[in-house]
Amino acid sequence: MASLIAGGVDCDVHPAVPHLTSLLPYLSDYWRDQVTTRGMVDLVSQSYPQNSPITARPDWRPASGKPGESLEDMQRHVLDPFQVSRAICNPIYGVQMVFSEDLQAAFCRALNDWLAKEWLDRDPRLRGSIVIPTQSVEKSVAEIERCAADRRFVQVLMLVMGDTPLGKRTLWPIYEAAERLELAVGIHAGSAYHNPPTAVGWGSYHIEDYVGQAQAFQTQLTSLIIEGVFVRHPRLKTVLLESGVSWISPYLWRLHKFWRGVRMETPWVDRAPLEIVRSNIRFSLQPFDAPPDEATLIRLFDHMQSDELVLFSTDYPHWQFDGQDALPEGLTADLVRKIMIDNPHATYPRLT
Amino acid sequence: MNIQFRESQEAASPLTTKTAIADCDIHPARATRTELYPYLAKRWQHHLEVYGVHAYQGMMEGPPYPKAQPNASRRDAYPPEGGPQGSSLSFMQQQLLDPNNVQLGVLNPLNTGQGIRNHELSAALCSAVNDWQIDKWTSKDKRLKASIVVGNEDALAAAAEIRERAGDKNFVQVLLLSRNVEPLGQRRYWPIYQAAEEAGLPVGVHAFGFGGNPITPSGWPSYYIEEMVGHSQCQQSALASLVLEGVFERFPKLKMVMIEAGFGWAPSLAWRLDKVWQRLRSEVPHVKRPPSEYIREQVWWTTQPMEDPERREDLFDVIKWIGWDRLLFATDYPHWDYDEPSRVLPAGVSEANREAFYLGNAKKLYGIG
Repeated sequence: MASLIAGGVDCDVHPAVPHLTSLLPYLSDYWRDQVTTRGMVDLVSQSYPQNSPITARPDWRPASGKPGESLEDMQRHVLDPFQVSRAICNPIYGVQMVFSEDLQAAFCRALNDWLAKEWLDRDPRLRGSIVIPTQSVEKSVAEIERCAADRRFVQVLMLVMGDTPLGKRTLWPIYEAAERLELAVGIHAGSAYHNPPTAVGWGSYHIEDYVGQAQAFQTQLTSLIIEGVFVRHPRLKTVLLESGVSWISPYLWRLHKFWRGVRMETPWVDRAPLEIVRSNIRFSLQPFDAPPDEATLIRLFDHMQSDELVLFSTDYPHWQFDGQDALPEGLTADLVRKIMIDNPHATYPRLT
Repeated sequence: MNIQFRESQEAASPLTTKTAIADCDIHPARATRTELYPYLAKRWQHHLEVYGVHAYQGMMEGPPYPKAQPNASRRDAYPPEGGPQGSSLSFMQQQLLDPNNVQLGVLNPLNTGQGIRNHELSAALCSAVNDWQIDKWTSKDKRLKASIVVGNEDALAAAAEIRERAGDKNFVQVLLLSRNVEPLGQRRYWPIYQAAEEAGLPVGVHAFGFGGNPITPSGWPSYYIEEMVGHSQCQQSALASLVLEGVFERFPKLKMVMIEAGFGWAPSLAWRLDKVWQRLRSEVPHVKRPPSEYIREQVWWTTQPMEDPERREDLFDVIKWIGWDRLLFATDYPHWDYDEPSRVLPAGVSEANREAFYLGNAKKLYGIG
């Protein structure tokens, strides 16, 4: 077992909003009235049913309430034992699922203010991600600019399954704002359920949705690269969060082959997809989908031909590993240092 | 790809010294628009003339993502007597079968009756295509074998078509496309798997098709390359559905072939399925064993388009994880992203693995002596 080192950065932890009513203090009078008068209920996404085994590790599951809703638990379970210097909070709350862009924008604003006050203010190790109402690019950019004044926000956060492929040109002002304000763009597992959660339609099971997250990340990576986001924004870093890691190399071998075959279709993609990934795309470590044998792990990391792609994460409180076994077998001490410290700092300019 | 092919193409004469191969993905085309009419009732001929096919996508002709080349096919594959690429048996023999010493060629007709909203028309067209495959192709060249094309959205009609063709040695598999109205594991498609299992025929799932769903979980992408790369994601979702709905558990003798969607993704998908199944198996108690076991025992992959790492030997790790006994060589003739047989495997592969990859696995799976 590779040894964890102190001072690392956990790039994916999930503070939970206890209930929609927790956001009431952060909503305007109008929206507070809308929530209460219309009897709106808690925004729990199908992506993470509260009692699903994957939603919380058994020993991280609280006696009552949502997994991840207590800062004290997060400190006790992750921040202290993993001796992290920083942890990036990615709130996964169902604000993306509503269909009104006004309502979505109000909820995102409240969620971001809630995160700053209830979490970032209470532990200096915590950093935040700005959740944006992607149905409106204008409102998204405004929210990014509003939150970016607080340097503790280090990233813009979107779901991997939304309304449109993420490379689409209409979304580019979001990437322009992120690059300008030194924010990474994080894309996290989860769906707004505005489209079927697989490219071949609606499956029957929660497990199917979860397995399918990896395929959703693959299509989004194609979209971001092929539409030319990184040609326009060469300094932008995009982090795929809870994406799985072991699919990366074979996926890129395929993309690279087709890019060589039909690059006349998208001539603005002036660098090989492999190179674009190495310079602009990063992946959080957990979940690491591979058998636990060291030989396979070593081959998988070797296939990546780069030690800069992976960023340490626990995915707290989701159940991806047991005990302290957050690092796969067979990593060298140098690679552990890159994954836990150097790569996160190189990815997040605001992470000081 | 075809540019490389032109550089390497030698005189189109039979080179009998070449090692025999199977080509498990050949696309036969119709020479004329009405070539299927002799196999269709007057009613359907009239219907096609007046209304067309009414697919699960909006274009009356051609695909919504324009292909890289006409008919997605090689520019050097137009038959000298005219007609689209892949529509002439004699030119296919001259350009593909003879020079490459193809001993077994599996026909996978596209643009048939699949993905059509009128399910009666779908069934009629599929049946017509199956008759046409015998008349035009397999009865005239014994190296060629056909796939039973079925209108899968009406699974009972599809099962009836399979039962009608069962035992006919012209056919070696049942053919589905990957993108359908629902994921392929759904119960609505089970009669197809039951009939295929009874007939002892593998079910091939070829990339493409339209089922009315956006082709990514975030909606419609912009470019042809996104659709092409995305076939591997569609195939992964289809295979995950087959496993998680319990199709392999319910039909333990069923064999599935993943066609033209790559194979590099298979180990990672299987590992992910296994890992998540450990956590969530109480939701799917009908999936009794680790998903990777079903995949290892009941799934095969055609090779084209082979993933293309910078260091080609990296692909051997992936093949080892899948199993050398599970890959079926395919060229995808006459399509533009054709894999040239002599160039896909670098040196360093054992003779036994090479033989299995090019021929042995296919003969065994498809029951060709």
